[in-house]
Amino acid sequence: MENLQSLLHGFTIAVTVPHLTLMVIGVLLGILVGVLPGLGAPNGVSLLLPLTFGMQPVSAIILLSSMYWGALFGGSVTSILFNIPGEPSSVATTFDGYPMARDGRPTTALATAFGSAAFGALVGVILITFLASWVAQVALAFGPPEYFAVYFLAFASFVGMGGAAPIKTVVALAIGFAIAAIGIDTVSGSVRLTMGIDELVKGVSFVVAVMGLFGIGELLIAVEEEFQARAVSSRVDWKEVFRALGRLPQHGIALLRSAAIGCWMGITPGGPTAASFMSYGIAKRFSRNGARFGTGEAEGIVAPETADHAAGTSALLPMLSLGIPGSATAAVMMGGLMIWGLNPGPMLFVDQKDFVWGLIASMYVGNIVAVALVLLTVPVFAALMRIPFAVIAPLIVIICVVGAYSVSNSYLDVVLMLGFGVVGYLFKKLHYPLAPLVLAIVIGDKAEDAFRQAMLMSKGSLGIFFANRLVTTLVLAGMTLLLLPLALQIVRLLRKSDEAAGEKVRII
Amino acid sequence: MKITSKLLLSTTAFMLAGVLPATAAWQPQKPIEFVATAGPGGGTDNLARAVQSIVTKYKLTDQPIVVVNKGGGSGAEGYVYGKASAGDPYKVIFGTSNAWQQPLVSKVAFNYTDLTPIAAMAQDEFLLWVKQDAPYKTAGDFLKAAAATEFKMGGAQSKDTDEVLTRMIEKAARIKFTYIPFKSGAEAAVQLAGGHIDAHVNNPSESLGQWRGSTQRPLCAFSPKRLPQGPKVTTSEGWSDVPTCVEQGLAISQYEQPRTVWLPGKVSPEQAAFYVDLLKKVQATPEWKDYIEKTSQVDTFLTGAAFDNFIKQDLEHVKQVAGEQGWLVK
Repeated sequence: MENLQSLLHGFTIAVTVPHLTLMVIGVLLGILVGVLPGLGAPNGVSLLLPLTFGMQPVSAIILLSSMYWGALFGGSVTSILFNIPGEPSSVATTFDGYPMARDGRPTTALATAFGSAAFGALVGVILITFLASWVAQVALAFGPPEYFAVYFLAFASFVGMGGAAPIKTVVALAIGFAIAAIGIDTVSGSVRLTMGIDELVKGVSFVVAVMGLFGIGELLIAVEEEFQARAVSSRVDWKEVFRALGRLPQHGIALLRSAAIGCWMGITPGGPTAASFMSYGIAKRFSRNGARFGTGEAEGIVAPETADHAAGTSALLPMLSLGIPGSATAAVMMGGLMIWGLNPGPMLFVDQKDFVWGLIASMYVGNIVAVALVLLTVPVFAALMRIPFAVIAPLIVIICVVGAYSVSNSYLDVVLMLGFGVVGYLFKKLHYPLAPLVLAIVIGDKAEDAFRQAMLMSKGSLGIFFANRLVTTLVLAGMTLLLLPLALQIVRLLRKSDEAAGEKVRII
Repeated sequence: MKITSKLLLSTTAFMLAGVLPATAAWQPQKPIEFVATAGPGGGTDNLARAVQSIVTKYKLTDQPIVVVNKGGGSGAEGYVYGKASAGDPYKVIFGTSNAWQQPLVSKVAFNYTDLTPIAAMAQDEFLLWVKQDAPYKTAGDFLKAAAATEFKMGGAQSKDTDEVLTRMIEKAARIKFTYIPFKSGAEAAVQLAGGHIDAHVNNPSESLGQWRGSTQRPLCAFSPKRLPQGPKVTTSEGWSDVPTCVEQGLAISQYEQPRTVWLPGKVSPEQAAFYVDLLKKVQATPEWKDYIEKTSQVDTFLTGAAFDNFIKQDLEHVKQVAGEQGWLVK
């Protein structure tokens, strides 16, 4: 009840004309940086940060967090329309969003994505409002073994996930791990796999990899296969926006499950990227339409988008209450908090009530503003799909090249990006799955760090992964997800071989 | 030919004369890039952005300043970038003692001698932290307990300042720790709050919020004298109430991490002088004092020979520890 009162007080701070104006500005800027690949929310927020030094902390955080919401929404736009994820966390949205858009339903895809994203964000904020102190305690229980178990769970939900042969998934994962290992290793401090190229010491940026694998890779396939068929005749249809939103409740279970996964991953700093992948993987396995995932299934958009935004929102909570950022953007905002003279940590909720509750209230209002603005842009973005392929293809190449270069103003990144394009093309041609590769690039080194930290703590004993209830549960859940498809396959094989054996007997 | 060169000479002389009345002989003619050798939000990034905002506010130069983050490879990305920009006075690199420590212990493609040292501004102190409800009241109690069972000490990165200090404590107190490297001090702080490690040696700003929130407390400061009195952190204590480690029988009298500023190699002395002067002006502003106090750092300004000496001393020291641990790269 006390929280509710504080929240109402927060609304009196957030819902004022200057703050609403800041929200609109923030969201619009956010959509812009989200749509432009290579820029992304963390860069956008750090560009805006110096402007906020003279502001009241609460106004500053409202501006920055609104930009964050805008960028989260904007990141989905290019994923759906051009198969280029603007943000790491919107990669999973491409799996079904892009096929649906290419199928002539870009409006439906965008509206579905935004609608479920808004739902996820809302669940995330409600969680922050009512469970802040409890959640902070849960996050503290996570040491290196628990972190590893969470990442393990994310990986496990992908191996054997239909479509590709499990062995191909494992190969893709292994290549991803190798790419994630490039650069300086946290645990030993030594340089790995730079192959004599000095610049590789910084590692391979995720954005560079993804723009090549998805953007350029897809382009190569398109050029080869369906050069003519690409221009999609999509009418700008306002009603379809609302129809798509109206259909969302049909995916009620997927929405709730994905929101739960998102909140969980946001709090236990697995982050939005792991959340969206895991949610997609689990939805694919448990949905009735699971087999059709990857061909433009609405539920395949709902699952990652809901989880992404639920995680993105709840990732702000560990930042505020523990001083540990749950995402890259949260890390930048935390830097901002310090410069404004606030110390993120357990005392923030006691010392800076106005700030904390003003921010939480602004999350409700800011997300509503963001959804409204972003839905308004749907027809505009959908219209982009009507541009003929011959025009859009060079544009995609330009976007990818500029995006890769702007990550750290490095020409090497452009070369790498093009190289990843070829890898993406080969993966598609040879029917290797891209998702596990990307997942391993993104959270591979984190998983490795956590595993090795755990090994240091236990002096090499694997027993540490069964040392307490929390980590045991996580590891067992991961193992189950990992072995389930294998077990099913064995059962199927056994049945078949029984029949085969029977046949053999008869022949002999 | 002769006429042209004469003309050129006189034009140059004329231009120089026009510029001379200004404070420095060299002035930047295009936008300046501040390269933070850390990700957004870290201590080094905060410093670069604080300097940027002060320079902009007081219009200390006419040229715009952009901050870029090159924190890959524990900062090596930024230093390598600085090395590759030799002769370019428009790239200012913000780092730490990493610049000379990292090349000692890992095979990175730069050395601090590839860069032009400008200044060390602000020193971060180190403290020994334990969980709030830990039984030890003094560093002496802690060391006694650590002698009985091997404690887990967390820190930021491997073979970096935190681990060097950990190994120094081991040697001074004749004990053994298990050192667990995390990505940052902030991560180590959360791990300590959760009880997953026994101690860490964070800078004041990295654990300030945790101290206020009563999840962890400092036992002693690795400083020759107590830290300056600032506002109280908890209801009863402030930084000056933390005893020095020497007081508590842990014989490490000084360990600090300087925030360092560099230009690429092969720039002219006039260009270096311009930035030394610029940073001096920054340091004289009230905003700088505010930044120092908020981040609980110590204000210093080392440049020229004093900075060189500092680097040499620190290098000797780190070389010794790294040598004993077998970290040195060939």
